[in-house]
Amino acid sequence: MVLPAVLDPWAASALYEAAALAAKHPGSKLWLVALGPKAKLQQVMMTVAQKVAFELVPVDGPIGGFPDAHATAAALASAIESIPGLDRAQLLLFGGWESASRGAGVTLQQLGERLGIADQFFGVDQIDLRPDGSFEVLERVEGGKHQVSVCAGAPAVLGWATGNLPEPRNNPQIGMSNMRTIMPTLQRAKTATLDANSLQYVSVSLPKQQRETRVEKNMSPDEIAAELVAWIGENS
Amino acid sequence: MESIFVLTHADESGSALTKHSLEAVTAGRELAARLNALLTIGIVAADAHRAASAVMHAGPRLLAVQGEAFAQPRFASDAAACEALCRAAQATIVLAPQSSRFARVMAAVAHRLGGLIDTHITALGGADSVEATRWFYRQRIEAVVTRIARPWFLLLDSGTHAAFAGEAGNAPVDEIAIAVELPALRTEVTGIRAPKQDEQTIRPDAKLLFVAGAGWTKKQPDGQVHVDEAGRLILAFLRASGASLGSSKSLVDQGGEGNSVLSFLTHLNQVGQTGSTPRHAKGLSTCCHGEEPHVVGWRFIGERRAISLDANCGWTRGKADVVYIADAFQVMAKVNELLKS
Repeated sequence: MVLPAVLDPWAASALYEAAALAAKHPGSKLWLVALGPKAKLQQVMMTVAQKVAFELVPVDGPIGGFPDAHATAAALASAIESIPGLDRAQLLLFGGWESASRGAGVTLQQLGERLGIADQFFGVDQIDLRPDGSFEVLERVEGGKHQVSVCAGAPAVLGWATGNLPEPRNNPQIGMSNMRTIMPTLQRAKTATLDANSLQYVSVSLPKQQRETRVEKNMSPDEIAAELVAWIGENS
Repeated sequence: MESIFVLTHADESGSALTKHSLEAVTAGRELAARLNALLTIGIVAADAHRAASAVMHAGPRLLAVQGEAFAQPRFASDAAACEALCRAAQATIVLAPQSSRFARVMAAVAHRLGGLIDTHITALGGADSVEATRWFYRQRIEAVVTRIARPWFLLLDSGTHAAFAGEAGNAPVDEIAIAVELPALRTEVTGIRAPKQDEQTIRPDAKLLFVAGAGWTKKQPDGQVHVDEAGRLILAFLRASGASLGSSKSLVDQGGEGNSVLSFLTHLNQVGQTGSTPRHAKGLSTCCHGEEPHVVGWRFIGERRAISLDANCGWTRGKADVVYIADAFQVMAKVNELLKS
């Protein structure tokens, strides 16, 4: 059984935040650059394309936790450089700060570096764009806090964490409008072959931890509370 | 032959290395000893002289970048600093803490040096080569990887090595400081935003992690939702115990879906595959399903207990040490009474 493909959760947050930002600023344009096997991309677009309006730039290539992040960044950079009419001086490059598949936090940063973008932010939860083009951005840092920075403006890379927006509801009108261009674009997707970049797996194992769980079904709340308080106080 | 370079940075004071940085120093010393390799320590700090004193005797060679521009955790200046340090060190293996500051720049620095990078490393091994251990969360596996390409950058997760604690000394800054050519700086860090002290529920240094699951906001045996009472019980427990608060994804997502929510919870509290990976000594889960996308975030929690009404929840299947099949509202009320007395 193969599970259905989904857009990476942090990448999805990035997409919805980008769409919200574009909606507030007339004249903005939103592209979604996505790498994956064509059949999986088509499946993902069935849901994502109903959420927000965008132009798809697909790259036919492998996905998952094991393809190399450096090679993925190179393929995505090539796709972005090929977008006709893209004004890179005005580019805000949004993506997930990590992926759920690989969890490396490497791809977007190297992509920004390849595109020569000198202002990068990661673990982003909020951006507030100002009339003069500058923006204030909140990034997650240690201890449950946010670092607040002000950037003079685009170009910039923003690697999103969750952000603050809920997932948009499905909008069939947007879906139909998107799919008119998405389907032919998918057919023309260029193929990317990703170099392994000398990565070798010495060993792979399942997590060793399996605890012998004591399940208590007959203790009263008082007894449980007393045991928990004693446990909390141990070695404190 | 390998040569090891450990990159470190100062904390918000600008003049003391972070604990996480000192853990990376330990990792570098161990690796250098195992491979009989040259070790260099690099420092990024506003005041490198004071920051370097903690690692004066950690390795044979120290390099530093210092100045006001490096007081701020900022991509452009930190990347330039780390690039300059790496070029000066000419090492084959670069270790650095996976702090938010260095996670922001290190992949870019690796690209500038023509190197490769792997992140979230939890262990370093190999008899006469370098092997790095990392988790692949979604795949539920732990892998040991190696690369022959050099330089190879490795970002180390916190809590995986003891923090280096050596004799302090006076660092000859003039001898160790190197020049950095800064690009135009278009970003300014203006501050830190944190919940007010009494509302801060995320406590990385607490002994106990308390996780609240979506069950707190579901209908209770009386057919009613008791969100206010849930909030009071949870906050009272956090105040009494000093625990840190975590949450399942489903609970924090409820805020975006218009359901009853616990107002003090944000996505920053989320633990799990798309949340944080806390490292507290003990964890107590309440009203949470204990399924793998959440539990994967618990892999560094030492002792685990759970309270759930579901005798078939994930916690009972080897994920926790003890599971109490009970009503968390009743149990936590009693716990709070005992802690208060």
